[in-house]
Amino acid sequence: MSIERCCGNNKTMSGHFFLIAEKSKLYFTFQDQAEQFFRSGHTNNWAVLVCTSRFWFNYRHVANTLSVYRSVKRLGIPDSHIVLMLADDMACNPRNPKPATVFSHKNMELNVYGDDVEVDYRSYEVTVENFLRVLTGRIPPSTPRSKRLLSDDRSNILIYMTGHGGNGFLKFQDSEEITNVELADAFEQMWQKRRYNELLFIIDTCQGASMYERFYSPNIMALASSQVGEDSLSHQPDLEIGVHLMDRYTFYVLEFLEEIHPASQTNMNDLFQVCPKSLCVSTPGHRTDLFQRDPQNVLITDFFGSVRKVEITTGALALDRDVAALESNYFQFDVVNN
Amino acid sequence: MTQAGCVRWRRQRQCWQVSHYRLFPKALGRLVAALGVRELHLALTQGFWRTRYWGQPPLQAPAGAELWVWFQPTVTDVDKAWKELSNILSGIFCASLNFIDSTNTVIPTASFKPLGLANGTDHHLLRYAVLPREVVCTENLTPWKKLLPCGSKAGLAVLLKAERLFHSSYHSQAVHIRPICRDASCLAVSWELRQTLTVVFDFFSSGQGKKDWSLFKMFSRTLTDTCPLASQSKVYVDISPKNKEKELLEVSPPPTSVHEAIVQGEKKTYAVYDLLSPLLFNTSRSLNVQLKWKRPQDSSEMPIPTLHAQRYVAGYGLQTGEICTLIYNTHPYRAFPVILLETVPWYLRLYVHTLTIITKGKENKPSYIHYQPAQDRRRPHLLEMLIQLPANSVTKITIQFERALLKWTEYPPDPNHGFYVGSSVLSALVPSVTAMKDMDVEQSPLFASLFPSSDGSSYFVRLYTEPLLVNLPTPDFSMPYNVICLTCTVVAVCYGSFYNLLTRTFHVEEPSRGGLAKRLANVIRKFRGVPPL
Repeated sequence: MSIERCCGNNKTMSGHFFLIAEKSKLYFTFQDQAEQFFRSGHTNNWAVLVCTSRFWFNYRHVANTLSVYRSVKRLGIPDSHIVLMLADDMACNPRNPKPATVFSHKNMELNVYGDDVEVDYRSYEVTVENFLRVLTGRIPPSTPRSKRLLSDDRSNILIYMTGHGGNGFLKFQDSEEITNVELADAFEQMWQKRRYNELLFIIDTCQGASMYERFYSPNIMALASSQVGEDSLSHQPDLEIGVHLMDRYTFYVLEFLEEIHPASQTNMNDLFQVCPKSLCVSTPGHRTDLFQRDPQNVLITDFFGSVRKVEITTGALALDRDVAALESNYFQFDVVNN
Repeated sequence: MTQAGCVRWRRQRQCWQVSHYRLFPKALGRLVAALGVRELHLALTQGFWRTRYWGQPPLQAPAGAELWVWFQPTVTDVDKAWKELSNILSGIFCASLNFIDSTNTVIPTASFKPLGLANGTDHHLLRYAVLPREVVCTENLTPWKKLLPCGSKAGLAVLLKAERLFHSSYHSQAVHIRPICRDASCLAVSWELRQTLTVVFDFFSSGQGKKDWSLFKMFSRTLTDTCPLASQSKVYVDISPKNKEKELLEVSPPPTSVHEAIVQGEKKTYAVYDLLSPLLFNTSRSLNVQLKWKRPQDSSEMPIPTLHAQRYVAGYGLQTGEICTLIYNTHPYRAFPVILLETVPWYLRLYVHTLTIITKGKENKPSYIHYQPAQDRRRPHLLEMLIQLPANSVTKITIQFERALLKWTEYPPDPNHGFYVGSSVLSALVPSVTAMKDMDVEQSPLFASLFPSSDGSSYFVRLYTEPLLVNLPTPDFSMPYNVICLTCTVVAVCYGSFYNLLTRTFHVEEPSRGGLAKRLANVIRKFRGVPPL
């Protein structure tokens, strides 16, 4: 219903005047709600979670990634929108005294592996090439759907990386590295191809801040667990499992995220305060100059949760009459991309 | 030892199109229809079946991932369909099946005949691949459970929790799709999807100490209800008496019926719990099947199966070696043939002229032998032989190989423990010890009806040997760095010195007049008559 049509009728002016006032008040209320509704501008959420380390003593990196996976699933992002890359198998590792579990707290309080996990890239498939292909979308045509990042220009993407790193690089699988320049170029390719609306990049490695120094694409917010020249430290060992279970930064981020629920209004500024130097020993850093909105207005659930925005249309939609042809096209496409 | 969850559905089939998905999972249905698959068998296994301690395996699978597929005759490019199929399955089952390529795929000619209905068997439509390094964990079990009509929410599948299932000595999950006759007259054909899960719980090592077991001890939960979509839901407990001694064990609660069947050539008695019968959940809402041994068992020896095999690598050093396979036929008076299929990766160069088969000290010539040599980086060795095993004998098959030096990018990125060679496959029709009547397929329990039995006197068995672990000569990857350092130092020192000698020019420097102190000293010296400084 629009004001123009209302005024187009030739009825008594006084009656109409009242009607117009009422309708315009309603219109402005709708617009307010609509603006609030579309505040963030995204319609779907994706997450790419990468653990790059091999070997049993890097258990904590897998636990880091799985805790973020668990939080992100709990807040609503489905498995089909999560690309989980784990470079080694800790849960069914022969050295694991409790098979099929990965714990994040000592005394085995929280099993972040769970019963419903879907790992998309595992073991030797986690390479720099596969990671960059997932980000930029240049994947061989026979790749199944669960291994693709099918984001569009209204997607908010969360990218979490953990492993061993240094000044300007992150080590993959003990044999190759990805540099901050490569990463920045990959994000620029994503921007040029309109593969994201906003991107949150979190990295938990030694000298993590060096990885986001070179970003130059818009709408990227980055967090790191330590500055250049500092090491990120691990949290606590468990005597029965025999290794360190989590890194400090991700441990406190997990504690913070456990209090978030899909409707919470906590914003990014709270996430920036998560691990002060007294708890983390290293100084977490963040970078927001490329981000257009104020971090105060960015909700945690904009990236970690999956709030589906529904656009209501008022007109009718005509479906194709030739249902058989439509079905056969769908059939071909669906199977190849399944 | 326990075997859980063998479930089967049937589905309407019209012109090889799958379109009715009430029970059949859509992911597999569309896959089978679009890629022209006739039969599909995928198994993911962790661990190795210890025949000596656990007896004959009900359905064995090799360690790692095994995939074998028969395609329809209408498929024109089988290799392309095979590649697409392995990629799609890797997405469905979260396994690295996309590593299946021509270097580990073979086309067997005699083994792996179709298990379902087949019109003709052109072996060019068959593909077989094994990935021995593949790890199996919860992420593979989760999609397997999601294929079940009730998922893991109702029925027998509520018992399948990953934490308990992987705390075991052997874990194998498999998916089998094949076309079967819907009834005895075979007027209509339907697709059958069979999902099997074989798990061996070892109570001695997990601290229980006794051989008594219960569902609660094994799975940490009990059965509460059945899947509403199931037409039958049964639990079979093997209570076969050993050595004709009765009353050795006791199962509780009392079973709904007792079923006798000939499974793998032996007469077995099963206590059957029919979950659909209303009597079972009468008293309590949960069913916890327990088995107690009345007398402590002195020896826990399982009967040695008629056919079993083992394989190992002999030799020393990193240049040559020998693969030895030992096949045992323990039947007292019957001889039978066995088909042995070996797939060896290209980097172990087999010398087929050194192949020797010795039985009871004499040479045993195979009646059929098919060998396809490997091509470097393109396809593996394939060796298939039909060997006659005399009664009560051990056959030793040896073949020598040489290890190849790989290119430096082909080594795995981590300091790994070696390269795996997939298990070899033995297929045989083993004569059974007990004579069998012609069994009605419907009457036999589900777990015994995967392999078709041709007549009552023998049963089909497929065994796998151990996977092998070989070390390849690995170059010292730090040497390029060392060489560069050393060479540059030598070049810098030698050539640099030589260059300096040739190009350095010397010129005489005028001595300086000296400071004030020196001049004063020279004046004093002149007075004394001593030469100046």
